[in-house]
Amino acid sequence: MGMAAESQFHVLAVDDSIIDRKLIERLLKTSSYQVTTVDSGSKALKFLGLHEDGATNPNTSSVSPNNHQEVEVNLVITDYCMPGMTGYDLLKKIKESSSLKNIPVVIMSSENVPSRISRCLEEGAEEFFLKPVRLSDLNKLGPHMLKTKFKDHNQKREKQEEKAAFQSPKRQEQEEQHQHQQQLLQQQSNNNKRKDIEEGLSPERTRPRYSGITAAV
Amino acid sequence: MDVLQLQKQFVDYRASLYHEGFLDEQFTQLQELQDENNPDFVVEVVSLFFEDSERLLNELTKALEQQSIDFKRVDAHVHQLKGSSSSIGAQRVQKVCIAFRNYCEEQNIEGCLKCLQQVKHEYSLVKTKFETMFQLEQQILTAGGSIPV
Repeated sequence: MGMAAESQFHVLAVDDSIIDRKLIERLLKTSSYQVTTVDSGSKALKFLGLHEDGATNPNTSSVSPNNHQEVEVNLVITDYCMPGMTGYDLLKKIKESSSLKNIPVVIMSSENVPSRISRCLEEGAEEFFLKPVRLSDLNKLGPHMLKTKFKDHNQKREKQEEKAAFQSPKRQEQEEQHQHQQQLLQQQSNNNKRKDIEEGLSPERTRPRYSGITAAV
Repeated sequence: MDVLQLQKQFVDYRASLYHEGFLDEQFTQLQELQDENNPDFVVEVVSLFFEDSERLLNELTKALEQQSIDFKRVDAHVHQLKGSSSSIGAQRVQKVCIAFRNYCEEQNIEGCLKCLQQVKHEYSLVKTKFETMFQLEQQILTAGGSIPV
């Protein structure tokens, strides 16, 4: 199951509207992503293996009762306006969790409120989409998920290297420098990759889109 | 009627819905998401819209019948209706919702009641339009034709 899942990105979509859940599911599947939809922030956290109080719960999914990490989620896309836990609250909880903070989060909203958008981006959201979301918007998701895959891969290698040899302080320092260089290279290649992907797109945009920039209020 | 005539009738009818403002670009997006693997996608989404809207209209009616109206609650329902109508491209319903929300903010009871009537009316109109359009599609399929994109 683990190996097969790696060939497809898995997106967790959160929206209290049944119509919007159906829509986003179709959009994501059309983009060849695996999709799970839930109707609330608290259900999203449960699926991700996190209790609302921040503690991790190993018994979360029906797929794997032992290790919540096996239900790998590569991106969370959530509506902003939801009763109870808002999309912003969910974003915060994910970014505050040591186990989940690396998962990219995208916010969707039907309302174009600049202060809302900046808040979300500042809290760590990768993108902010205005609803109704279109297929062309989803083209922006790939780079975020790819970036995380590389990061996870690096971290796994790091762990293996640590286990392999006893490290003297000097050796540890060299190891760290090596890792740092690797990350810089990864970031550079990811930036180039993102640039290539973006240049390949030319969607006609009639409405503003916000990504990675702080909107002027 | 033969297939070609049925197809023309369908295309003209659909075009009129855009022309009269019942549908907007978002509905086109929905149609583009439908394919051989998901042939009923549009009908399914629109059916969900019908169910959800009827629920919301009932809630709105009840909320506005109260002695002391909870405008926040009314607004929350209108917000949902605005969202779902926007998601399927039901433009005229969406527009009334925008006006409706303004009245909620002003706590204007008369305005809200007026909008409730209007939104019920627009919803009923667009529902009939969708149902007619789906019937025309069905006629084409029954006659052995394919639905023009």
